[in-house]
Amino acid sequence: MKEQLEKIEAQAKQELDACTEIKALDDLRIRFLGKKGELTAILKQMGKLSAEERPIIGQLANQVRADIEEALKNKIESLKSEAQAAKIKEESIDITLPGKHAPFGKLHPLTKVENEIREIFMGMGFDIADGPEVDDDYHVFEALNLPPDHPARDTQDTFYIEGTDETILLRTQTSSVQVHVMENQKPPIRIISPGRVFRSDAVDATHSPLFHQIEGLVIDKGITMSDLKGTLDMLMKKLYGADCKLRFRPHHFPFTEPSCEVDISCFNCGGEGCSMCKDEGYIELLGAGMVHPKVLENCGIDPEVYSGFAFGLGLERMVMGRYDINDLRLLYENDVRFLEQF
Amino acid sequence: MNLSMKWLNDYVKADMPIKDYCHALTMSGSKVEGYEIEGKEISNVVVGKILSVVPHENSDHLVVCQVEVGEDAPIQIVTGASNVNAGDIIPVALDGSTLPGGIKIKKGKLRGVESNGMLCSLGELGLDKRDFPYAIEDGIFIMQEECEIGQDIQSAIGLNDTSVEFEITSNRPDCLSVTGLARETAATFDLALNIPEPSFKGVDGDINELLKVDIINTEKCKRYCAGIVKNVKIEPSPRWMRERLRASGVRPINNFVDITNYVMLEYGQPMHAFDLRYVEGAHINVRNAVNGEKIMTLDGVERELSDDMLVIADEKKPVAVAGVMGGEYSGIMDDTTTVVFESAYFEPSQVRRTSKALKLKSDASSRYEKGVDPLISMVCLKRAFQLVEELGAGEVLSTVIDCDHSDYVPSEVEFNSEWINNFLGTDISDADMKNYLGRLGFTFADGKTVAPSFRIDIGCKADIAEEVARIYGYNNIPSSDFRGVAKAEFTEEQKFVRTLRNAAVSLGGYEIATYSFVSPKYFDKIRLPENSELRKVVKIVNPLGEDTSVMRTTTIPSMLDVLSFNYNNRNEKACLFEISKEYIPAKEEKPYINGDILASSGNKKHRYEYSLPDEPQKLTIGMYGGEADFYTLKGMIEQLLDEIGISDVDYVRAGDSNASDEKYALHPGRSAVILKGDVILGIMGEVHPEVQDTYKLGTKTYVAKLNIAELMSVAAGKITYQPLPKFPATTRDLSLICDDEIPVAELEKAIKGAVGKILEKVTLFDVYKGKQIEDGKKSVSYSISMRSHEGTLTDEQADGAMKRVLKALSALGAELRG
Repeated sequence: MKEQLEKIEAQAKQELDACTEIKALDDLRIRFLGKKGELTAILKQMGKLSAEERPIIGQLANQVRADIEEALKNKIESLKSEAQAAKIKEESIDITLPGKHAPFGKLHPLTKVENEIREIFMGMGFDIADGPEVDDDYHVFEALNLPPDHPARDTQDTFYIEGTDETILLRTQTSSVQVHVMENQKPPIRIISPGRVFRSDAVDATHSPLFHQIEGLVIDKGITMSDLKGTLDMLMKKLYGADCKLRFRPHHFPFTEPSCEVDISCFNCGGEGCSMCKDEGYIELLGAGMVHPKVLENCGIDPEVYSGFAFGLGLERMVMGRYDINDLRLLYENDVRFLEQF
Repeated sequence: MNLSMKWLNDYVKADMPIKDYCHALTMSGSKVEGYEIEGKEISNVVVGKILSVVPHENSDHLVVCQVEVGEDAPIQIVTGASNVNAGDIIPVALDGSTLPGGIKIKKGKLRGVESNGMLCSLGELGLDKRDFPYAIEDGIFIMQEECEIGQDIQSAIGLNDTSVEFEITSNRPDCLSVTGLARETAATFDLALNIPEPSFKGVDGDINELLKVDIINTEKCKRYCAGIVKNVKIEPSPRWMRERLRASGVRPINNFVDITNYVMLEYGQPMHAFDLRYVEGAHINVRNAVNGEKIMTLDGVERELSDDMLVIADEKKPVAVAGVMGGEYSGIMDDTTTVVFESAYFEPSQVRRTSKALKLKSDASSRYEKGVDPLISMVCLKRAFQLVEELGAGEVLSTVIDCDHSDYVPSEVEFNSEWINNFLGTDISDADMKNYLGRLGFTFADGKTVAPSFRIDIGCKADIAEEVARIYGYNNIPSSDFRGVAKAEFTEEQKFVRTLRNAAVSLGGYEIATYSFVSPKYFDKIRLPENSELRKVVKIVNPLGEDTSVMRTTTIPSMLDVLSFNYNNRNEKACLFEISKEYIPAKEEKPYINGDILASSGNKKHRYEYSLPDEPQKLTIGMYGGEADFYTLKGMIEQLLDEIGISDVDYVRAGDSNASDEKYALHPGRSAVILKGDVILGIMGEVHPEVQDTYKLGTKTYVAKLNIAELMSVAAGKITYQPLPKFPATTRDLSLICDDEIPVAELEKAIKGAVGKILEKVTLFDVYKGKQIEDGKKSVSYSISMRSHEGTLTDEQADGAMKRVLKALSALGAELRG
């Protein structure tokens, strides 16, 4: 019997090895271990054995059963993992094929840069103010210390509205919002005002009759020119990185005194001088200054008590610098192949 | 303003490198645009003397010259010029020299004879006859200048000046002059300034016997100085004067015209010289013009004057428009014998208004309107006469006329160094400040600083602070850390617009930016009726062109233009949006007053007879190509509305509504007005085929416009959380047959009403027309989901609800599909 058992074990193992399908394994299990299986058949003959032999053979038989079961289990697992491996291999795809897109648009580059600037200023405690684009002479010029006959009016090429005796016009600068804000709010004031402005400039690569400015205004007790410099320094370092340098040049605007123009170190050469900055090392960026006492007075704020600064920057120039856009017209043509890039 | 550095050096010794000079002046407030070194293209060209001229052995038109050029031995040069003779002083380009235009001269052989350079003509040196009237155009420049053999040609002929171009701001007309820039230069570099007081000798004679001057309007003409030069000799000015005028960008004409220009450039005071012969009655009146009075100005144009203009007139006619331009017949002619010089002060606004009304600008008018030094009229007249005498151009009468009605009071401003430091954020000593201001010509008295007369821009403490700051150096002012202390936040409207904009991007929209002004042709292009309100626009008086001449009353044409641009650029699809304004004229002109709050502070009010237009913000969407159709657009709008908390919106056929006339731009069967209750949220639909054609859109195009203010007025301010369901839902499907005419929205409304509270969701999943369905009918299939929050719905509850639904639908003529 011992030999029979050993033979069964050897045969079972041999057939298991040869087996390649999980289904066939089931047949093997029934054949060897089932109620009518070969092992059972042998165990049925146990009664014929002597009392000494019985426990030995019994032990052996159990051992054989356990071995075959173990082998079966291993075989099932190995077949399963083979099958899994084969399936995985078969399911392999070309991961370089393009992804599927849900529709998703883009913000206009003017909005993108404007948002960036808004966020920086909001972080510094500036509210956002709005004002009318079609405004009156008082808010755009007169209250800003540009009385009628002021020669600086010539530089602004104003569009006037028909039938209003040149009293209603398209604002030439967002500085008009300064006046609206000061008329309606007592200091402390800390605002920026982004918006459209209009000047009678023919369209070319760097001019447009409509463009965007961002005005800034701060009024409080004890505001200094040093604060103006600090604010603009921080803005530019956040926008253009810590390495950029600002240069403040005296200039003239009727609504600020002192007035300055602010240049930024050339993006291309960093201040050394190159063809892009016409060997200057700097590029003109914005106008700024301390709010003129007459402007404060015009808006009902006592210049002996309060002081403040204001600045106005051209958004198009910043956008063009940021993305190396060389033609302003692209911003208003809105070709989707252009818009997609931002 | 172009400044001759040589001229500048008459008054201040500015011998630093030109780059340093330009940078320092820019940083102290006189912005330099660039500079040009005269003759910089010329090198190794010297003065030479012809020793001998002999014929060329192999040519009849060439000659061989021996030329002394200041070296040990003369050099030999072959030339084709025929105007050279032994003894002539000429410019010689030596071997290895360069000339304007990048020309290089090298020695070589001409027809076998060695030539070691070239003799130059005026043209070859970049000059012409205006610079040296005695020279000939086509031939070697035979020099009559005082110079040495071997001397550099630049210094020998005065071609060694540097011209610096300044951009002077409108508040500093004093810097539009050599003396003004000399003052700025001296102050910037802390150098000594030397501007001598001009004086002239004169010949005896009483001017009052020759000329009488009366100022009738002393408000507009504060001072009029005049003098007379007799026995004048009209001729070209000397070389030094021509050179300086040239470096300043002014063309030399003759000695008298040149003197007036020279004094104007030097002091900033416009001068006028005219022929006494043409002053009838020898009597000058400075008076207002008479309405309709005419004058032919120097530019040859006849101009009609009005009584608010000021003229210089004789007893019968105007001879000049005061401060703007002289009359044609009063100028200096070749046979002029007696010249009157005028140096006057006219009110800036007077000159500006006249110049604007006549559309006539001149160098004089642009200076007068900015403001000249009110005290300088007589100084300049004297300077002109000094020059007349120096040039030997005539006999100056020693007596002059000075009608002086000026009421000039020096501008005095409180000087407080502490205030200035507090204002600038600096720590500059009192003494330093006084030093800076002193350098700029300011004086001090009784705690005040007094501005010099040419500084017409000084009027308040901030002005003094600026003077201190620019000499101290703007870039030396420290930057303070200016941190946020006030709290900043978006307004509700700003937040709302931001949400809308981000939602539009999330739904596939590309944002565009378009002009606010458009062509009035759009009225017809979008089929607006003749009497449409949208045709009432805000018009620009002085537009760049018709295309940008009216402020848009609807944003849709701008969107159509961009869609068309993209379509015609062969972009196969586009989904665009813009958030921007429309400009709607005020319904009635109601006079309004600006600056009401100023009444208490005593400022004048500003009254306008005209109202400002409304500027409502709109969200405009446009699409073509790809997935674009009515329902894609509608889906986008539904999702947008969902994002801002607007639900239960009605879509009504645009044609049936009293919506805006933009509906005429849309396909009547495929457009809708979007309503929430009776609030019009917007309009949407397929672009009318005719409009599509007009805009050259070769594919179906869709647009929508949402009114942002109206959206905001109905948007849910707050979102309330709904508990997640605890009990399962029961779903019943339903297929109906009904008339095609019935909009599904009505069926849905009936279903919602019939199911009642337990309704969770009605989903339309099929609409079918065609086979098996009778003509004029359609099959509509719904999935109705019901749920209770109190417990699982029983079959009886669900069946009961469905019965009610079928009854309600049946009332609409919709029956269960068999």
